[in-house]
Amino acid sequence: MNFLAAIGRAFLAFLEATGRVFIFTLTSVSHCVRPPFFPRLIGRQMIEIGYFSLPVVGMTALFTGMVLALQSYTGFARFSAEGAVATVVVLSMTRELGPVIAGLMVAGRIGAAMAAEIGTMRVTEQIDALTTLSTNPFKYLVAPRLIAGMTMLPLLVVVADIIGVFGGYLVGVHKLGFNPAAYLKRTFDYLEMLDVVSGLVKAAVFGFIVALMGCYHGYHSRGGAQGVGAATTSAVVSASILMLISNYVITELFFAK
Amino acid sequence: MSETTPKIRIRGLCKAFGPKVVLDHLDLDVMPGDSLVVIGGSGTGKSVMIKCVLGIITPDSGSIRVDGVELVGASTEVREQALRKFGMLFQGSALFDSLQVWENVAFGLIQGRGRSRSEAKKVALEKLAQVGLNADVGELWPAELSGGMQKRVALARAIAADPDIIFFDEPTTGLDPIMSDVINDLVVACVKKLGATTLSITHDLTSARKIANRIAMIFGGRIIWSGPVSEIDRSGNAHVDQFIHGRAEGPIKMELRRA
Ligand SMILES: Nc1ncnc2c1ncn2[C@@H]1O[C@H](COP(=O)(O)OP(=O)(O)OP(=O)(O)O)[C@@H](O)[C@H]1O
Ligand SMILES: [Mg+2]
Repeated sequence: MNFLAAIGRAFLAFLEATGRVFIFTLTSVSHCVRPPFFPRLIGRQMIEIGYFSLPVVGMTALFTGMVLALQSYTGFARFSAEGAVATVVVLSMTRELGPVIAGLMVAGRIGAAMAAEIGTMRVTEQIDALTTLSTNPFKYLVAPRLIAGMTMLPLLVVVADIIGVFGGYLVGVHKLGFNPAAYLKRTFDYLEMLDVVSGLVKAAVFGFIVALMGCYHGYHSRGGAQGVGAATTSAVVSASILMLISNYVITELFFAK
Repeated sequence: MSETTPKIRIRGLCKAFGPKVVLDHLDLDVMPGDSLVVIGGSGTGKSVMIKCVLGIITPDSGSIRVDGVELVGASTEVREQALRKFGMLFQGSALFDSLQVWENVAFGLIQGRGRSRSEAKKVALEKLAQVGLNADVGELWPAELSGGMQKRVALARAIAADPDIIFFDEPTTGLDPIMSDVINDLVVACVKKLGATTLSITHDLTSARKIANRIAMIFGGRIIWSGPVSEIDRSGNAHVDQFIHGRAEGPIKMELRRA
């Protein structure tokens, strides 16, 4: 009996949390599309997300592209399909790994920072102070972060795609002995617009998810420094899970026949 | 009874957090021009009461009227309209640590009232001067200030938009006696200068006597006594007597358990 009650309670708690996230999302989005806007704050978040994430995203993309070339070469050698390396690298980067890796890195860097900052503002009553100064916290804190996340992550992914393909090229040409011109030709021969576009759509969705989870967990944090720490962890974990789920859904929408 | 509508009229205000009842049918009137001080033990719901008026906490039931306008259950527009009349000094100062001191003070003017940054900065520096801080402090960050300076900046922020009604939540807690007195003087001066109505919370009887023209005591989720400050010493209320003399014995039982 107790066991069933526990399951029931957990299920109800899950439904409640889902509802809260849903309402939070609706409120946030409605503030994103209604004036007044805060260009200064949006700009600051864009720099924080777009510019300062470049090194991390660039490094991970570079090594991902490199390892991809190496792995597919040794793997494909088993059925003498080494020639497909360039195509495999560019398709995997643009469709999957560019957005996913950039998304996960930004979740760790930005989602955590957002949750910590907004969470600290919550527990030190700064969010209450915003309200008393006639400023809506959704408008002032959440909307600029969502807008910046949705616009900056696609740009980061473009950079990640290019660097990743370049990493594959480096390994392909210098280690595996491909002819440079042939490798590049192979890279672009089978690449379609849809591959890149689907990756950018994913990036925009991931950017939204990361910013939303950072803001949501920060906004609802309670109980001092410990609560803010917990909010930070939840923001990163939930953003990562939601990203991987939506990744599958978007892929299905774009490519399932 | 006079005919004037109270600035703030609270009736039957109830608020519980889970099983813990904090406010239990609380009634309170604050008349225009009043300088009311609410006293009461730690954790009796003084901050919660103010936050209910500000709409930061949603009360379970009851009525809060500001200038005769009902706020409980009112639309967002009505509540935003009312919020413009308020200034609030938070117990923990609650300065925005991502903004410089002058931007903190000017915040309500820039964001809330759409004034230009340069104009708002001028007002902010004036207000900082009123609380005894010079223009250099305006360029610092809140983390670079001492607790007492933060309190004064918070005070400047609370009065920056020349509000009608100002709430001070423990303006002197954690300050040395001299700085406390400076803050008390500031509160009194601000009120005189702005002609505002104020509701302050304090544990500090010296401070209360200095700021208040009326005092109310909260206990058990209600206002159990209120009257002019001159009558606080002969209130005839055992709870008030115990509180102002700081005695451990009396009707108020601290929830301490001896091992
Ligand atoms: N957000 C909240 N969630 C749960 N309980 C709360 C919350 N805010 C306040 N309380 C509880 O309400 C009670 C009253 O809190 P409040 O902050 O109003 O006390 P106070 O009278 O201002 O005390 P102090 O003089 O120490 O500031 C406390 O027991 C506190 O635990
Ligand atoms: Mg308090």
